[in-house]
Amino acid sequence: MAARRFWANANARAGLTMIVFFGLVAIFATHIAPQGPDDENLLDRLKPPTAQHWFGTDNLGRDVFSRVILGTRISMTVGFVAVAGALSTGALLGITAGYAGGRIDNVIMRTMDVMLAFPSIILAIGIVALRGPGLNNTILAVSIVNIPSFARVARASTLAIKEFEYVTAARALGARPWWVLLRSIAPNAAAPLVVQGSLGIGGAILEAAGLGFLGLGAQPPTPEWGAQLADSYRYLLTDFWAALAPGLAIALVVLSFNLAGDGLHDALDPRLSTRS
Amino acid sequence: MIHLIPGDPATVYVGEHGGADAIARVRHEFGLDKPLPVQYGIYLWNAVRGNFGESLDSHRRVLDEFVPRFPATIELTLGAITVALCLGVPIGIMSAAKPNSIFDRLGMLVALAGVSVPVFWLGLMLIYIFSVYVHALPTAGQLGVNVSLTPLTHIDVLDGVLTANWPAAGDALRHLLLPSVTVGSIPTAIIARMTRASMLDALHQDYIRTARAKGLTGLVVVVHHGLRNALLPVVTVVGLQFGSFLTGAILTETIFSWPGVGRFMYDSILFRDYPVILAGILLFSLMFVLVNLVVDVLYAFLDPRIRFA
Repeated sequence: MAARRFWANANARAGLTMIVFFGLVAIFATHIAPQGPDDENLLDRLKPPTAQHWFGTDNLGRDVFSRVILGTRISMTVGFVAVAGALSTGALLGITAGYAGGRIDNVIMRTMDVMLAFPSIILAIGIVALRGPGLNNTILAVSIVNIPSFARVARASTLAIKEFEYVTAARALGARPWWVLLRSIAPNAAAPLVVQGSLGIGGAILEAAGLGFLGLGAQPPTPEWGAQLADSYRYLLTDFWAALAPGLAIALVVLSFNLAGDGLHDALDPRLSTRS
Repeated sequence: MIHLIPGDPATVYVGEHGGADAIARVRHEFGLDKPLPVQYGIYLWNAVRGNFGESLDSHRRVLDEFVPRFPATIELTLGAITVALCLGVPIGIMSAAKPNSIFDRLGMLVALAGVSVPVFWLGLMLIYIFSVYVHALPTAGQLGVNVSLTPLTHIDVLDGVLTANWPAAGDALRHLLLPSVTVGSIPTAIIARMTRASMLDALHQDYIRTARAKGLTGLVVVVHHGLRNALLPVVTVVGLQFGSFLTGAILTETIFSWPGVGRFMYDSILFRDYPVILAGILLFSLMFVLVNLVVDVLYAFLDPRIRFA
């Protein structure tokens, strides 16, 4: 039913199609890219788009199209891994807080509140700056700053679900708390977490690109989109096309996750879609 | 929490080749050798008296480093809020007035694109289009180098207006425009979506049907009866988006060489300048709390039910 509602939504369909497209590009990136991402040719530096270099060349004469294609793999990986880490940690913390209540709930959720008080990019910059720049630390930082939002969603769902009769029934049958959490609560709290996750991937890709742009993410010569923008930024006044493709790629990937996430949200909560 | 993250400020302060003795001396000098709870207690006691310590980088008082930079960030934030409200609310109203129309779909697609485009890329593209290509607006900075302005509040546009220095006010406004649009892009999108949802809810209420039955025109019904009731959640969102304004300010201030707090915080984090980082986080949080307090007070003006409750 939810799948049919999702597919009936044109925006959601477009989003999912774009995600599949970018996913395939990421998987087959090395086969699609016409040149190696690090193949330098200083004689061809900062060339506008041509038949040979569809998106032009950068300051080291590298093919921007090939680097954007390879960048898809990096950004999609960062988005998925960071959100998977944040979702699993946040869900575990949120469900535990909601189910246990009392002091455990207070300790976990107040810690989440403290994390939310930091503007996310400041917290992420702080983590990366002190652990050292690099792709792994970017994933870690983006994952950490996203934990509180998942924890809050998981806790809210758990608070509602734990009052349902099937949970009471499971407890009355003598099920242990971890069994109730895993078998009765977690599967039923999954829907809002999946929606939050699909919307969160776009945000995670944006945050990672922001860190890359500030020089704290993937290091040269890794063809990460944010880092590519940081390189091309210096040549913006004369050769703007080198900055055009990586930025457009980020925007399109993030847009596709946002469209699909919105569609998923509406499909799982039909009251919203019938209202408008 | 900051101390949990690996990295030693004393080592940064002394330098890689400083030697163990020098590092120990610096650690003692700044009280970094004391237990964490003691360090925290001393810090809090000093902070409430406005003493956030000394910057490890410039050796100046932290507050003296922040104060001159705050007006620039406040100016940028106010500009961004203005952009977000002036674009977001009308888009939301028009989408809600004709739901599922072409305009509604287009408006919401633009709003969704607004939250998808990276702010730093948007900034770069705006610089290219309006500064490099059209030559209509400046590329960076807060005020032109040839423009003189008597500082009163250090918010340049306001200072220009207050001193009736119109050329300077105009120049400051031209410098402010692109960074404001850049920082305001994400809040614009979120406000547009929130306004639409809130307006749709309001337009389905009985009092709207009554207003239409009285024969009022569509515009009066939507703006006078619908919008006023739909504004409350929008105001809440503006308050909550304040964190997004600060986040956007860091990247935007970097691109536009805007002399504000965001750029300063970024530099300080790279230097592991703990006193500045701590003070920055405290001041950012303080601003966040203050803005949300103002939002709460605004509720009473927007919704008489709260005032009389």
